[in-house]
Amino acid sequence: MIPEFGTFSLILALCLSIALAVVPLVGASSGNAQLMGYARPLTAGVFALLTFSFGCLFYAFWTDDFSVQYVANHSNTALPLEFKLSAVWGGHEGSLLLWLWILACWTFAVSIFSKEMPQEILARVLAVMGIIIIGFGLFVLLTSSPFTRYLPNFPADGADLNPLLQDPGLIFHPPMLYMGYVGFSVAFAFAIAALLSGKLDAAWARWSRPWTNVAWVFLTLGIALGSWWAYYELGWGGWWFWDPVENASFMPWLIGTALVHSLAVTEKRGVFKNWTLLLAIFAFSLSLLGTFLVRSGVLTSVHAFATDPTRGMFVLVLLAITVGGSLLLYALKAPSVKSDSNFTLVSRESFLLVNNIILTVVCITVLLGTLYPLIVDALGMGKLSVGPPYFNAFFVPFMSLLTLFIGVGTLSRWKRNGGQMWRTLGVIALLCVLAGIATPFVYAGAMDWWGALGGGLMAWVLFISFRDVMNKVANKTDKLAAVFKLSRAFWGMVLAHIGVGITIVGITMVTIYNDERDLRMAIGDTMTLGDYSLTFTDVRKIEGPNFISDQGVFEVTLDGRPYTTLAPEKRFYTTTRQIMTEAAIDPGLFRDLYVALGEELEDGAWAVRFQFKPFVRWIWLGAIFMSIGGLLAAMDKRYSRKRMGAAKASS
Amino acid sequence: MNTRRALLFIPIILALVLGAFLFKGLSLNPRELPSALVGKPFPAFELSALQDQAKQLTKVDLPKQPHLVNIWATWCPSCKVEHPQLLSIARDDNIPIVGLNYKDTAPEAQKWLRVYENPYVFNIFDPKGKLGFDLGVYGAPETYIVDAKGIVRYRHAGPIDVETWKTMRNIVRDLEREG
Repeated sequence: MIPEFGTFSLILALCLSIALAVVPLVGASSGNAQLMGYARPLTAGVFALLTFSFGCLFYAFWTDDFSVQYVANHSNTALPLEFKLSAVWGGHEGSLLLWLWILACWTFAVSIFSKEMPQEILARVLAVMGIIIIGFGLFVLLTSSPFTRYLPNFPADGADLNPLLQDPGLIFHPPMLYMGYVGFSVAFAFAIAALLSGKLDAAWARWSRPWTNVAWVFLTLGIALGSWWAYYELGWGGWWFWDPVENASFMPWLIGTALVHSLAVTEKRGVFKNWTLLLAIFAFSLSLLGTFLVRSGVLTSVHAFATDPTRGMFVLVLLAITVGGSLLLYALKAPSVKSDSNFTLVSRESFLLVNNIILTVVCITVLLGTLYPLIVDALGMGKLSVGPPYFNAFFVPFMSLLTLFIGVGTLSRWKRNGGQMWRTLGVIALLCVLAGIATPFVYAGAMDWWGALGGGLMAWVLFISFRDVMNKVANKTDKLAAVFKLSRAFWGMVLAHIGVGITIVGITMVTIYNDERDLRMAIGDTMTLGDYSLTFTDVRKIEGPNFISDQGVFEVTLDGRPYTTLAPEKRFYTTTRQIMTEAAIDPGLFRDLYVALGEELEDGAWAVRFQFKPFVRWIWLGAIFMSIGGLLAAMDKRYSRKRMGAAKASS
Repeated sequence: MNTRRALLFIPIILALVLGAFLFKGLSLNPRELPSALVGKPFPAFELSALQDQAKQLTKVDLPKQPHLVNIWATWCPSCKVEHPQLLSIARDDNIPIVGLNYKDTAPEAQKWLRVYENPYVFNIFDPKGKLGFDLGVYGAPETYIVDAKGIVRYRHAGPIDVETWKTMRNIVRDLEREG
């Protein structure tokens, strides 16, 4: 009975969201406050119903209700409880319901935290969110309901969750990523509301900035989690593969990053308005495109969801309506949105524009690389695939250039600059070249130009941020107190930029100094890797809840002293009959030791893969810095309710 | 001013072009690789059997009914993913599968068949990838549908899953009715 309640409340939520999409919008265009007033209660209703529906699916998984097809296909009585519950989003239907529920969460959050926002804007924003909920609600109900039953003959036990997904990474990665994807719908809704009303001022930018920042933070964390999960779970120690689905999450991130910066300019200086609107539309459109690419099966990818052309068609129609509609609205209404001021060529505005252009160009190149196989195929010119060399070839130079502009943009001033800035930058640049060249020598004792580039860029971001802090307190008498008084938004920026530097160092070091060996080892064999030596002492048979496993035991010594034991596994999942490699990793701030057990060879020897991965954690550490930065900026005092109310009263 | 207004339509035009490609893409299958061999006879070969290296296999040994030729190897992770599906095809659908063990070593391949069960009627051992080259193999796993007269009728690159098997089974069933 519970699954039917789930479907039923989903249908009710759809009905309410239709009302949410229509009533406040009519109210806003006719100036009827009563109609606009319905926006908030309707939002609460949609949120409550979808929460209930989502809860019903949890209940079905919790109670092993295998009469529900989705549960039977993705769970099993032997599956540990935490994975039973995270299996809710382990497949297409459930993850879409998660998508929809998160959309409802964002909508509800907007309605709660925007009490001081002008009613007309709020009504429009919530109505646009309502339209998106209709689209995805229909998608879930018509093509991918997770509540469909197997009747009358349902299986006695479930088919089990894909072993790759039986991992804590799965519990967090999809919800984080979806929070980011879906979060851009808020920025999108703000943009559409601005286009509908033709009003786009500093207050508008101030309203939408924290939402965009928070969505960006979730997306950053989601991508980093995905990369980390691939690193330790897929079993070969890579952390980014330029897979279409990874690219699908990376493109909205790039545009989202551009949007965060462009919004800053729009708020502070009242320029780039059209550009900001376009970025907001594209950030969400690319999120939808990502959904399309994953769900339709038009590209081959490691994220093989069960693909279905009707679902692909549905998302494409959804994409056409949302993107086509919003871009048409943009083309027709954008001329009414005017910039408030001017700026000179050498100003912070210009440098942020350059940053936006670079991010957009990188996004377009990723888009082309991702879709190229599809385009060539559609034109009947054959089949091909685009590999990492293409992506790396443009990514490294563009990102280096972007990092340089992070520096210039940070130290420059709004409107216009004097020659002083160039002198400062020159000095810092010289220091960075020295620091860069020193990096590979200090680490490895030999020159490596890529190492120098990575080290130099990190130094650049670091020195510039330091200089920026110094500039901010230069005129204060008590400098230390002044440092602590700097705004959260400022510290957020500093942290996020340092995060970029940290990630660059991680990527550079692990790419250059990764040491990887594939060996044949018998029990008792020892191998040396830098200061570490690993002895293969045993292979044990282990029985897990839903798998049996061969576990290798490696005693690790550091400079001859016992250091740790690593136990990589080769698991055989009995229900799905799949073999999984569970790598054993000894994590460290400056290096990871990575051991994966391969095939058993004849006479008791095993194929073993060792990797020594310097600084690999820095890749994700940088992402954490960026996220904290984004969060700090979103929590800046000037967004607090009191201030917002005051700003409204004074304007 | 008018050119400025026209510029604002560029995003939607680009989006429409992209949308057209995506629409076209829906009806294409990226895993389906056209094969020059479809409609042509299975290439001639003379290779030893995997299980019994003394025995030489040739085209004459292929089943005289519609069957599958599956290219696999122990070094290929997707083959392992595909394996349960092959077992179910051999068991439940009663369609003979000829294995082509591709660029592999005999002891490992034999062990694989012992450990994971053997869905194949027999296995052609092709350590140098000679027959694979004649077939134009793209990578393992790959599966061909060959009819009773030894004509290649279909090719699938990548592992067979439940969905692709539905299509392929229909093709085999049609061939069985023809014969």
